[in-house]
Amino acid sequence: MSGILVFAEHDGGTFKKTAYELLGKAGELAAALGTSVSAVVLGDAPASELGGFGATTVYQVSGDFSSYSTAATTDGLAAAISQAAPDVILAPASFAGKDALPRLTARLNTGMGSECTDLRADGGSVIGRRPMYAGKVYADVVVNRSPAIFTVRANSFGQPTPSGGGAEVVSVSFKGTTPAVTVTEAKAPEAVSVDLTEAERIVSGGRSLKSAEQFDAVIRPLGAALGATVGASRAAVDAGYAGHSEQVGQTGKTVNPTLYIACGISGAIQHLAGMRTSKVIVAINKDPEAPIFEHATYGIVADLFEVCPALEAEFKATL
Amino acid sequence: MKIGICAKVTPDTDARIKPASSGEGIDESGHKMVVSPYDSFAIEEAIVTKEKHGGEVVSFTVGPDSVVTQLRGSCLALGADRAVIVNDDAAIASDALGTAKALAAAIGKDECDIVFCGKVAIDDDNVQVPAMVAEFLGWALVSRVTDFDTDGESFTATRAMDGGIKHVVSGSLPVVITAERGLNTPRYAKLPAIMKAKRKPIDKLDLAALGLSADDVAPACTFTNFGAPPARPSGRILQGEVADVVKELVGLLRNEAKVI
Repeated sequence: MSGILVFAEHDGGTFKKTAYELLGKAGELAAALGTSVSAVVLGDAPASELGGFGATTVYQVSGDFSSYSTAATTDGLAAAISQAAPDVILAPASFAGKDALPRLTARLNTGMGSECTDLRADGGSVIGRRPMYAGKVYADVVVNRSPAIFTVRANSFGQPTPSGGGAEVVSVSFKGTTPAVTVTEAKAPEAVSVDLTEAERIVSGGRSLKSAEQFDAVIRPLGAALGATVGASRAAVDAGYAGHSEQVGQTGKTVNPTLYIACGISGAIQHLAGMRTSKVIVAINKDPEAPIFEHATYGIVADLFEVCPALEAEFKATL
Repeated sequence: MKIGICAKVTPDTDARIKPASSGEGIDESGHKMVVSPYDSFAIEEAIVTKEKHGGEVVSFTVGPDSVVTQLRGSCLALGADRAVIVNDDAAIASDALGTAKALAAAIGKDECDIVFCGKVAIDDDNVQVPAMVAEFLGWALVSRVTDFDTDGESFTATRAMDGGIKHVVSGSLPVVITAERGLNTPRYAKLPAIMKAKRKPIDKLDLAALGLSADDVAPACTFTNFGAPPARPSGRILQGEVADVVKELVGLLRNEAKVI
């Protein structure tokens, strides 16, 4: 093998935690396969620092990556890949992982396992395990061409401990060939929070909130007290209590937090599909028969309008 | 202008999907099949674009002949003028890469100016085919679009990035657009349109008609070892007065689950 290449994403020079997660996992896989780990960084970020997380070489692509571009991301990664010639590429299942990575996969005429939640070394290659049908079933994905590309859902692996070493940084330049679009405006959300798909803590509200006002008065302050991102069921979004981008479920976002608090959510199959991989699920619902309780780590059968404010106060007092 | 849609037929969101007993694939029996929900936003946007600029809306699908039912009931009844189905077994059995090659060839043959897709098909959840189609066609790509407009030569779009950030982007046609929830509100098909859809043309193409061979669309990925989701440890219901239960919960989250 000529190694595993990790796409280390950063936000204005600060590496995302997925970069470290992927490097940690790449190190385990490389040890099992007897190969090495390298990384690719687009634009300005402290590339050599990734050596402390197991990358022996970091390919740093120069260019303007200040605003996300499908074209520059695809062309830049392609240039780094032609130098690194990896057998396996690991990337986060971020916007870029869902936009530029499949474009790159097509260019390389190879295959990609999307949104894996686990990776393992088997028979000299890497195999991905991934949810399909919004997590109703899981399957192994084997890429029988090289390089094999996998994107991985955030929070699938733990954060590795840095060893303090440095990496050799190789400068890469590229020539843009992909038809580009121009970003004319970037609009920040009203409340800045971690994206649902990357959030470690999520507080979600359902139809039982009964109005947008009560959603704002009960769910959002509870989320703020916990430092959590706010989500919503399809019923709550359809009723206009929360925004489309906040919907969790098969036709919304698939989430993978360590803590998911479902308030007044019954647990329809299409909602469960979007959040069932959460490590700890808390369900608050006054209906003891609600299906959500079958999936909850901890359940409270009571009125959310009593429980949520009390929980908010307790989080404020103890966190 | 000629406006394309990529439409995929998938089990409905309410379907209880189980792995096949062999572990290869899923148990496909008895599911209600629909055009994938995000494709509905793509269809609507294509029709709105045609209403503004005129032209023709063509839907493209790789799939067996049975998809005709859903394509007539959805794409064609909602206003697409005709449908193209690549019903070649080698393409149907392929993965995202092979599917995208077949779709790109069909779209190229039809000389479309713009293609709308759903941002994800809710069966394999790959989120790959639209970007691959854009690559094979050599077109621009804008993913997860919540607002779109074109004057027939250039376009503007708003895309939903991670973290709630929105980008307003502009570029030149041709382009592949993937539809995010919120792009529009899909209309319902009216009875006369449903009746009319029964007579709209559907072209069935094999790979040879697209200048492709079975080798060209050979899959790069194999999906195997299908199984149920990892089991969750059984949970517990906390009993008592709200004030006590809330304190107990926070204690458990901190000391037992160690997540706060």
